[in-house]
Amino acid sequence: MSLKNLKNPGLWLTLVVVFILGVIPIINNKASAREETLTVLLSVILVSSLNILLGYTGYISFGHIVFYGMGGYVGLFLISVYGWSLWTAMAAGGLASGLLAFLLGSAILRLRGSYFALATIGINEAMRAFISNFEPFGGPTGISLNFQVYNQYGGAAQALWTIYYVVLALALGNILLSYLVKTSKFGLGLQAIREDEEAAEVMGVVTPSSKTWAYVLSAVLPGMVGVLFFFKNGNIEPGPAFRLHLSIELLVMVMLGGYGTIAGPVLGAFGYQRLRGLLLTSDLFKNIQLTVAGVLLLVIILFIPSGAVGWIRHRFPVTRRYLP
Amino acid sequence: MDILTFLVDGLLIGFVYGIAAMGLTLIWGVMNVINLSHGPIIALGMFGIYFAATSLGVNPYVGVILVSFAGLLLGMLIYAIAIHRVINAPHLSTLLATFAVNMIIIGLGTTAFTTSAYNVDFSLGNISVGPVNTPTTRVIAALASVLVTGALYFFLYRTTLGKYVRAVTDNRAAAELMGIPSARILALSFGLGTMLAAIAGGLIATFFPFTILSGGAYELKSFVVGVMGGVGNPLGALIGGLILGTFEGVIPAFMPTSWVPVLEFILFVVILLVRPTGLLGAKK
Amino acid sequence: MILQVSGVSKRFGGLQALSDVSFNLEEGRIMGLIGPNGAGKTTLFNCINGVYRPEEGRVVFRGQNITGNKTYHVAKMGLSRTHQIVRPLNDLTIRENVIVGACFGRENHSLGSAEKIADEVLEFVRLHERANQLAGSLNVGQKKRLEMARALAARPYLLLLDEVLAGLNASEITQMIGIVRDIRERGTTIIMIEHVMQAVMNVSDDILVLDFGKQIAFGTPEQVANDPKVIEAYLGDPTLAAELSGKKSSA
Repeated sequence: MSLKNLKNPGLWLTLVVVFILGVIPIINNKASAREETLTVLLSVILVSSLNILLGYTGYISFGHIVFYGMGGYVGLFLISVYGWSLWTAMAAGGLASGLLAFLLGSAILRLRGSYFALATIGINEAMRAFISNFEPFGGPTGISLNFQVYNQYGGAAQALWTIYYVVLALALGNILLSYLVKTSKFGLGLQAIREDEEAAEVMGVVTPSSKTWAYVLSAVLPGMVGVLFFFKNGNIEPGPAFRLHLSIELLVMVMLGGYGTIAGPVLGAFGYQRLRGLLLTSDLFKNIQLTVAGVLLLVIILFIPSGAVGWIRHRFPVTRRYLP
Repeated sequence: MDILTFLVDGLLIGFVYGIAAMGLTLIWGVMNVINLSHGPIIALGMFGIYFAATSLGVNPYVGVILVSFAGLLLGMLIYAIAIHRVINAPHLSTLLATFAVNMIIIGLGTTAFTTSAYNVDFSLGNISVGPVNTPTTRVIAALASVLVTGALYFFLYRTTLGKYVRAVTDNRAAAELMGIPSARILALSFGLGTMLAAIAGGLIATFFPFTILSGGAYELKSFVVGVMGGVGNPLGALIGGLILGTFEGVIPAFMPTSWVPVLEFILFVVILLVRPTGLLGAKK
Repeated sequence: MILQVSGVSKRFGGLQALSDVSFNLEEGRIMGLIGPNGAGKTTLFNCINGVYRPEEGRVVFRGQNITGNKTYHVAKMGLSRTHQIVRPLNDLTIRENVIVGACFGRENHSLGSAEKIADEVLEFVRLHERANQLAGSLNVGQKKRLEMARALAARPYLLLLDEVLAGLNASEITQMIGIVRDIRERGTTIIMIEHVMQAVMNVSDDILVLDFGKQIAFGTPEQVANDPKVIEAYLGDPTLAAELSGKKSSA
């Protein structure tokens, strides 16, 4: 990766927009706005990390949320049992997820297309069922934090703000990371794999290790924010930690914005979460918000399969340089 | 209960798993689409016989017949609206298109039926053979499953339309060159897949309570059974169903029931890794 | 000796695709690989560059046994190839396609130096004016040259060309032959599978003939064209036989 790449206006525009949206609740000092934006920022992190595997490498994962749950469990376990600080636990959560991705990736990234997608579903379900039986992680009831744990972060109210700052920083960092990966030699190899894996191998791309590292890179940040989210929640249970549905929502967000691009996942995450928020608070759509989201997804897939940013890039090729 | 009863109960429900998986792998084999709306359609099958029994007052088994036709039509409709446009697109498109259908059905179903449990009030007593004692409805469900498998084989191997379905499975382009209307055959195949899902749902509802979300678990089991039996291999699906059912019946004798899904899904991933064509070989 | 193939055999189920193929290739030469359809030519390429692992036999490249090595290891050692059915990376630009070749090939370049090589190679195959176009938008002839450019960008010692002339028109063929000669001038050894007999006979130093997976002749173009076994093999294909004997009379 060379520094001249960092001059891309599309990257800076994306970063600036996310920064401004993230700072608004801080300036207004409003907790409700902060919670809303936090959900969006978490989605931004999950979606752009998923994009490294899905958008660059072309492997469809239905189990991205496994890394979020795994990180959350490891983090809360270390905090509640060994009294680790949130920050070291966060690092440990990221590390654990990365390690899990490394082990899983070495095995299942041999599978192609639908078979890989199915294996990730299997792993998500196996993981949830296993954690439900795993006594050190509290089995089916999970892990709950003692309320006192927030005291060392200035009480619960202050802790929520601190977590918000960190999530905002991680979201910006993740956008930058996904951009650096995309414009690096490693990222070029991943894109070659996405386009034609055999041809990439014949050109010398060492596919097994490239794919595995892409998987690891896509897993670390979800592991870290998993710790933050479930710490904020105060507890973690197998159901919410490994919800297959959430993984698929992430795919929807990638599709909405346009996969393989930098701005796409960000736009997708914002768009989807805003829409979901609107539907959930509207009397008319509250009950059928899932149906409306389904219809929306279907319309995107049938008519603009490359997503909003992808559509613009195809329609106006000039923008390719400015919309990474 | 002793282990023999567990075993028989598992084996009997395994027949129904087989039917559900057959629907999934039929679609997968014919058009290389993994139908993620499989579960909600199973759930619709359950609600179908519930309303046939409560609103129309018909016998649940007559309800299953009605539900099977409704399932066929619904599947063809889903194919026409959601699948046909992306049938040649990358996997992600068909996976997400069928998942969109999943969301639509679950959303509408939750609005109409909430997520609380329903129960078809129906019993035919128990059958006892030696030490084994099992509900009659389970035995009938198993027999019905065998009947459905036979009918599917008859359709695929003894009728012209079935021959078309197999031709499109083998080589869609060549089939089109020979004048087979592939779009209609694909729609029909998708309809047959959802028909089998709806029948499986209907049969399950004769002995288990259910919610609109119940189909999800059976969809996952269908994946497991499908890869075990081999994609597009109906008999493989039935045998895979029996293996899974027996497995589920016997395991609780050795360890807590909650470990069953762990083993099931680990088995699933392992089969995908070592034998992606299925233990019994893919049909293709 | 840049490449030594000895006793290579490959089976697919009941079909013996290759049986006991052996030849040695000296550095700096162009070897033509010919034979009727289904003779096993592409299979031989696949056994050399590691797409398939042969059941028997050895492939030694620059003194190292590479039998059954992964394709990416073979590529990094300096053995590149093109595909009979072109495989462009459609959603990447033409320049990016070639950069992949340079980055991951023998010299393992960084992105920066790979860009320079890509521009140079694209000019060499006369695609430089389209460098920023998506690869998917090219026609077949251009895609063949892109395949060639990607392989060249890796700076290989040995280049396997699989039917780079097929589907090209007369002027494109002349252009491509020129490119092949230029590549050899730069010191790269070449094996080319070809159906355009006139061209391959003219450009090659050695010819290997396969028929039903068996090696029926290996020698100079003249020796091969006069070999009764070769003529017999091509008798099933009158046009090819005519081309062969036409070459014989002009030689």
